[in-house]
Amino acid sequence: MTPHVELKNHQRERYLFSLRLIFCLGFVGLFLLLLLARLFYLQVWKNEYFDTLAESNRIFVVPIVPNRGVITDRNGVVLARNYAGYTLEVSPEKIKDLDATIAEIGKVVEIKPKDLRRFKKLMSERRSLQTLPVRTRLTDEELARFAAQSFRFPGVEIKARLFREYPFSDTTSHLLGYIGRINQKELDELDKRDELANYMGSDYIGKTGIEERYEKAMHGVTGFEQIEVDAGGRAVRMLSRTPPQSGKDLQLTLDATLQQVAVEAFGAYRGALVAIDPTNGEILAFVSKPGYDPNLFIDGIDSESWDALNNSPEVPLNNRALRGQYPPGSTIKPFMALAGLHYNARAPEMEISDPGVYTLPGSSHVYRDWKKGGHGRVDLFKSVVVSCDTYYYGLATELGIDRMHEFLDLFGFGKRTGIDLEGEVPGLLPSADWKMKRHGQIWYPGDTVSAGIGQGYNLVTPLQLAFATATLANDGVAYQPHLVKEMRLAGDMAPSTAPQPLFDLHIPPAHLDLVKRAMAAVIKPGGTAVGAFYGVGYPVAGKTGTAQVITIKQGEKYEADKISEYNRDHAWFIAFAPADKPRIALAVLAENGGHGGSTAAPIARKVLDYYLLGKRPKPLQAVAEQTGAEED
Amino acid sequence: MINLRQLGQRFMLHLDSVLLAGLGGLLLISLLILYSASDGSGGRVLGQLGNIAVGFVALWIVANMPLHWLMRIAVPMYVLGLLLLIGVALFGEISHGARRWLNLGFMVFQPSELMKIAVPLMMAWYFEKHEATLTVKNYAIAALLLFLPVGLIVRQPDLGTSILIAASGFYVLFLAGLSWRIIIGLLLAALVSAPFLWNMMHDYQRHRILMLLDPSQDALGKGYHTIQGMIAVGSGGLLGKGYMEGTQTHLDFLPERTTDFIFAVYSEEFGFIGNVILLALYAFVIGRGFYITATAPTYFTRLMAGSITLTFFTYTFVNIGMVSGILPVVGVPLPLVSYGGTSMLTLLLGFGVLMSIHTHQRLVKT
Repeated sequence: MTPHVELKNHQRERYLFSLRLIFCLGFVGLFLLLLLARLFYLQVWKNEYFDTLAESNRIFVVPIVPNRGVITDRNGVVLARNYAGYTLEVSPEKIKDLDATIAEIGKVVEIKPKDLRRFKKLMSERRSLQTLPVRTRLTDEELARFAAQSFRFPGVEIKARLFREYPFSDTTSHLLGYIGRINQKELDELDKRDELANYMGSDYIGKTGIEERYEKAMHGVTGFEQIEVDAGGRAVRMLSRTPPQSGKDLQLTLDATLQQVAVEAFGAYRGALVAIDPTNGEILAFVSKPGYDPNLFIDGIDSESWDALNNSPEVPLNNRALRGQYPPGSTIKPFMALAGLHYNARAPEMEISDPGVYTLPGSSHVYRDWKKGGHGRVDLFKSVVVSCDTYYYGLATELGIDRMHEFLDLFGFGKRTGIDLEGEVPGLLPSADWKMKRHGQIWYPGDTVSAGIGQGYNLVTPLQLAFATATLANDGVAYQPHLVKEMRLAGDMAPSTAPQPLFDLHIPPAHLDLVKRAMAAVIKPGGTAVGAFYGVGYPVAGKTGTAQVITIKQGEKYEADKISEYNRDHAWFIAFAPADKPRIALAVLAENGGHGGSTAAPIARKVLDYYLLGKRPKPLQAVAEQTGAEED
Repeated sequence: MINLRQLGQRFMLHLDSVLLAGLGGLLLISLLILYSASDGSGGRVLGQLGNIAVGFVALWIVANMPLHWLMRIAVPMYVLGLLLLIGVALFGEISHGARRWLNLGFMVFQPSELMKIAVPLMMAWYFEKHEATLTVKNYAIAALLLFLPVGLIVRQPDLGTSILIAASGFYVLFLAGLSWRIIIGLLLAALVSAPFLWNMMHDYQRHRILMLLDPSQDALGKGYHTIQGMIAVGSGGLLGKGYMEGTQTHLDFLPERTTDFIFAVYSEEFGFIGNVILLALYAFVIGRGFYITATAPTYFTRLMAGSITLTFFTYTFVNIGMVSGILPVVGVPLPLVSYGGTSMLTLLLGFGVLMSIHTHQRLVKT
């Protein structure tokens, strides 16, 4: 490029730039004039109009909080309700010495150390301009006493509010969850979803459980009033009112009495129980023991109660039904039996000989049956009834882990059921691929053997096992497990819709018949749960199971007495009844309960007795000695 | 005290006193209004004084940097900014519903602010490199340099900042001589594709846009801000209600009084006359910026100075337009007046660049 051309370019470029700059100058000038014109219009031309708005008609927009929907069980028993009460609330901005003021209030109405601790906690997480309660639930007398002296306390006011209450307390805590004061994180979430305006007057939001999942429906739509105030800030008149829309009421599928019976049936045991109506997926009972008192959380839990809940070795805040993952143990056997039939690995009449031990070819590792000496000759029917381990060691080895994974996956193992609660965990249904990805190791034949009796890597949640049991009970036709039956506005008639099946596994009737008959024999003489169902008044099908907490070394014997309580085996029992036409299917887990037949099955019995016969267990009934076969 | 005088001269050597006077006027107004907007408590005023001090140190340092230094930091600064934006997208802190901040352990940092300087700097650098042989391809690459960071910031989401950065980059393109045909073509394309975009959007996205256009739909949220802001401005009248006398301000009607809506406070208390003075001050600063642009020595410095000046104008126009109800509420502060450390720092950095361009040119000439 010659210098001449470059020079020419330079001149042209400068010329072009100058043109553009002049254009910009004009552009800026024009828009500044536009602003000036707009300001002239607002401030000079329309000044009178805005002056009136600002000076004589000051408009306050006051949000009106909608009533939160109530929650009832399937029969209309109230599980979560609202009641009106009075609180004493302070606006920290308007108070110079907060501590002194609170001390002074304490001379008029009682303020407990617990109230103070809660107040301190709320202070640390409050939104600006929010008022905070120093006392909730004032009595009539306290109300009158404070009202008489309220002039001494600027910045402290009595507020009428609706409170949430859970009358069943810890019985329903894990499924209902609770509401609590909105924190900064939740505010950010609301902002992101553009729902902040709807929460302008709201102090509470669903934190866990049903309260969290159905927050949007139960909260309702905030209304607002436009109020004129005079120069002193006193209300003159109401200009307009957009009424709030109450939140929707929820009717759950839960049977509150059944829930209570189930909770009581656990006695001192920790654990979980999920009962489902297999014909439509409705959850009838949803227990995680121990529970906690959700009422403590509503106005912010004080740190002492929180520590007690959080540090308890019983972990009451853990939702075991939804988030507890345990090896399924022998409860997997009916499903394994179906797999054996499905892949033609086992004919119904084919018998094996059980010497009480199993070894893989070319290995010295011994897999023991729970019964020393074995069960003798065992066919498929008997393998379920006596819970023969050796039968399933062999079956698993023949099927291989990939076919086991394929078949058990159909029943929902290793996957979330999709229940309408937040935080469900998927459990674990192992496969060779999974082990390679997760642990970088190949799948060993030995892994398959222990997977065959539901040990090893297998993990299920009580909800999952209940769902799989319901699917089996309903002949392979599964319905979505769900807790909410209907959502409606107060007074509305809800349209009833027939539930649609989630999937149909098309299991041959002969397979189903055999496995169900075997499960029905589990509670009969010779079965593993005969003691718990002695004299039962309806046909029941069930299966016991034991989930190992610690592994017993080769050649050692499991002795419950010698193991600390928290390391003892977990006891499982799954069941459905009436066995010929199931109306209820359930899974029970008793943590560290030992044998499924002796601890979990009696809990199931009480629940079934109530649901099918309306029989409430007698209180303080002496614990009868359980007899009959017990597994492993 | 010859030493002191020499020191003073050295201190002022690379500062432009004309521009400094304009900035000083605006900053004085800022302190005055912040005192009123915070109901006569000094906290915000002191805070803003701190912001100004930090910003001024940055301004002085940048003003004293020779021009080839500015060119040298363009690429590293841009790359760093882009990496940080990607970092934000992956590991950013979420606050108030947006992912804008990066937690560096000792401080929380907002990389999009850095890009307000880095993007025009990078683009001006790019055009300078290819000055002699500009083709359509060069404009396309420059546009890409702009859209990468803007796209990342829109996703955070931060509408206000992305508008300002997009504007600053567009000004560089425009001043570099992007053909009118392309500009008009792009405008037409945007107009035509709008209905398709609308159809592709989620319901909540449409809802957001509708709310932006018609604030009365959201009377409890942002619409409330706009309505109360307009009442404050309109009721100010010709002469204003007097300093510390604004009822909208002092009866808690105005939201975000010290930040995005500070113009409403000023308008209410100083009226139309006050606004004429304020706009004159802004026009003075912008005019000086244009003068510096017109006399800048190189292609790079012309583009940079022009972009900084026009972006400053955009800040002003968008904020006042939003408070006076002719633009949707997008969250852009009133430059140099609104309370805020980061925006103060970026703005004064920009003016530092302007002063460097102006004063180093002077040295070159003599």
